[in-house]
Amino acid sequence: MRIVLHIWRQRNANDKGRMARYEVPNVNQEMSFLEMLDVLNEDLIARNEEPVAFDHDCREGICGMCGCMVNGVAHGPQPGTTLCQLHMRHFKDGDELYLEPWRARAFPVVKDLVVDRGAFDRLVAVGGFISATTGCAPDGNAILVPKEKAELSMDAAACIGCGACVAMCPNASASLFMGAKLAHLGLLPQGQPERYGRVAAMVAQAKAERFGACTNIGECEAVCPKEIKLEVIARMNRDFLKGSWTGRGALRDDAEEVSKKPLAGSRR
Amino acid sequence: MELDSKAPTGPIETRWDRHRFNLKLVNPANKRKHTIIVVGTGLAGGSAAATLAELGYNVKCFCFQDSPRRAHSIAAQGGINAAKNYRNDGDSIYRLFYDTVKGGDFRSRESNVYRLAQISVNIIDQCVAQGVPFAREYSGYLDNRSFGGAQVSRTFYARGQTGQQLLLGAYQALERQIGAGQVEMHPRTEMLDLIVIDGKARGIVTRDLLTGKIESHLAEAVVLGTGGYGNLYYLSTNAKGSNATAIWRAHKRGALFANPCFTQIHPTCIPVSGEYQSKLTLMSESLRNDGRVWVPLKKGDKRPPYQIPENERDYYLERRYPSFGNLVPRDVASRNAKAVCDEGRGVGESGLAVFLDFRDAIERLGKHVIRERYGNLFDMYQRITGEDPYEVPMRIYPAIHYAMGGLWVDYNLMSTIAGLYVLGEANFSDHGANRLGASALMQGLADGYFVLPNTINDYLATTKLEKVDASHPAVREAETQVTCVTKRLLDIRGTRSVDSYHRELGKLLWEYCGMARTAEGLKYALSKIPEMRERFWSDVKVLGNGEELNQSLEKAGRVADFFELAELLCIDALHRNESCGGHFREEYQTPEGEAARDDQNYSYVAAWEFRGVGNPPELHQEPLEFEYVHPTQRSYK
Repeated sequence: MRIVLHIWRQRNANDKGRMARYEVPNVNQEMSFLEMLDVLNEDLIARNEEPVAFDHDCREGICGMCGCMVNGVAHGPQPGTTLCQLHMRHFKDGDELYLEPWRARAFPVVKDLVVDRGAFDRLVAVGGFISATTGCAPDGNAILVPKEKAELSMDAAACIGCGACVAMCPNASASLFMGAKLAHLGLLPQGQPERYGRVAAMVAQAKAERFGACTNIGECEAVCPKEIKLEVIARMNRDFLKGSWTGRGALRDDAEEVSKKPLAGSRR
Repeated sequence: MELDSKAPTGPIETRWDRHRFNLKLVNPANKRKHTIIVVGTGLAGGSAAATLAELGYNVKCFCFQDSPRRAHSIAAQGGINAAKNYRNDGDSIYRLFYDTVKGGDFRSRESNVYRLAQISVNIIDQCVAQGVPFAREYSGYLDNRSFGGAQVSRTFYARGQTGQQLLLGAYQALERQIGAGQVEMHPRTEMLDLIVIDGKARGIVTRDLLTGKIESHLAEAVVLGTGGYGNLYYLSTNAKGSNATAIWRAHKRGALFANPCFTQIHPTCIPVSGEYQSKLTLMSESLRNDGRVWVPLKKGDKRPPYQIPENERDYYLERRYPSFGNLVPRDVASRNAKAVCDEGRGVGESGLAVFLDFRDAIERLGKHVIRERYGNLFDMYQRITGEDPYEVPMRIYPAIHYAMGGLWVDYNLMSTIAGLYVLGEANFSDHGANRLGASALMQGLADGYFVLPNTINDYLATTKLEKVDASHPAVREAETQVTCVTKRLLDIRGTRSVDSYHRELGKLLWEYCGMARTAEGLKYALSKIPEMRERFWSDVKVLGNGEELNQSLEKAGRVADFFELAELLCIDALHRNESCGGHFREEYQTPEGEAARDDQNYSYVAAWEFRGVGNPPELHQEPLEFEYVHPTQRSYK
């Protein structure tokens, strides 16, 4: 089948960028979406045009590296599917598709469809962890985790950090991403000691990164390839409130300093 | 060159303890005076960087992806082994050790494997403490499942995303250290050369993938946790970016490369659908716990699977290996799949696939149980193939998955270059000629959390290291080298894309150095590779420039290394006149068609020394001794 692509081309962060129209005449319906882009790029190279830059790595829907807007929807039309797992059998001959990079102030465009998601790493660096220094752990079965809690925690932990939630959110909020991390750790007994400090630190960092606030629109949940539920945001809000009312969510002594320091990916 | 494995002797149970006691320590106040470079942020590199930083070392960490959380360890599905014996089913450290040595077809170092089995129990504890949401029983205790190559249930798992969850644990520990200022993280930065001064690894040359800037980073030691080289074959289960550049360039600087021909073919991958195929997707082998593998008895039987009655099906693994059945190790399962397809009994359009059928398991346990165990894998299968595996059997075929070979390391994980440490899949040490399922995660984390942080102190405490800076001639030479290669690739402006060359190389290797190898085929491949390499270097087309994000340029550098490594792989495969584990030479098989090892002549690690591109490498041997697990013909019947 034949697919018409309109792709955002932007040489670098300073370039203004523009949409460019391409045709891929020989798309096989068993191809993945990225394989179609491979075919386009091979064709561009043959014509001495620079290939379209797009991020991708595992192509199994787990590394979280790929993703772009397809006709205004993050990761395209299939629910619960990353761009690399989207297959061309879901499109029709002659379809016109508009591909754009994630749009968010916190995710500057690097080139074409590639953006810088370093802000996500910095959100984790300020508190998205359990401080378990190597060697300190008791026997694995010394910490009992009710199955139900483990399952809910795993649901949230499935987040791949692709950024679709931010890209789709009209406020460019990172709430689903943060909520997922906070629910993953906050539902487990191991995560309790740092629970309220963790949410305070991440919320403060999100502000510093200029992610927007959540207004419960739910676009994030609709496009999340791992189908993370809005519930995690409610959980985050509750923990944030509880922490600030009880004083347990006070930022760690060093938190303010940490958020000023250049962190992973912030060298640019 | 004398290869000193530094493996301790004496009772195997206490070797690691005694060895650790004999290693020198660096006192806490001195640790902050040392800088250690860690390349790669997967389970091995990520856990090492985090742990070294926790100990107080200054760490500089590098990955080519946009975030350390993307490393390909994330794609591991099935689980991680540990000799906890929580099931009371006869497991023990010794049994895990035994299974791993045997599973590796007696080509690994006993001391290393025993240590791995010992440490396995600490890994689970550590990961639980970090908040890895392992599967639980209703009682709250950790759940286990069984896995290929073992008769006990010792595999811990987090749905079908165990690698992801373990990696996120390591990533979060790493981010914690980044936040604390103890690790300086360099994402989207690729290591392109190793700086060796006075025979010691003192730094790396990198290229910033966004700006093209070529830079040197200096340190007291360099740690590579950069994964395997399966992408050599173009189609593999590795991520598209997975590459051998770091280890290969270290090899060219003097690190010996061990057992490159030990590559693992994973039996349960989704079959190739067409020429455009860019990678292969693995279906966790945990599926073999409940799925039954079969093909039609008759050749060319193209009926839909459920119209083929029970007595016209051949459950060939259950038939040939009654005691292990569908759970035989990966090499055995893969070879048998190839054999039935070669007989013309393969299924699907291409005839290059076998069925993995869940009908009986669904009848026995109910759909909900199967969904709970494998739901995400079933969904993934359906997304890719458009078929519902609850209704029709999966079609699977073997694909390149893992590299047991890698840079040679001693018991301390140090390569033949002093101060250069190699962890995880990038080294060769623990899996011999075949890796058992759920053991890669175990090895990566054992190396990174527990082995290296103990052994590296000894080197730093006992080695006199001169102060060096960027003006050192060796640094300048390495930088110039990298700049020249980059420029050369951009200047060729030939006619064919990098991918087209990579695909061509991959096809050749899969054909002649894949699941089954012959001397004749290997010789043919060896005659073709240099010619292809030459064409690549005179005809590859890399557009754009080197001063910005240029994904073709990145690929070109990696494929150039694959062309050199491919040659070594075939040389090693040709020299090893025996079949063992993942290395199956058709000339050497038992009357039943199983791999025939030659312990008399090949019970050694083949460690190759680089002698220049196109020149024959020099072979060094590390003899293997088996004091505890005596080599026998592996039998899973």
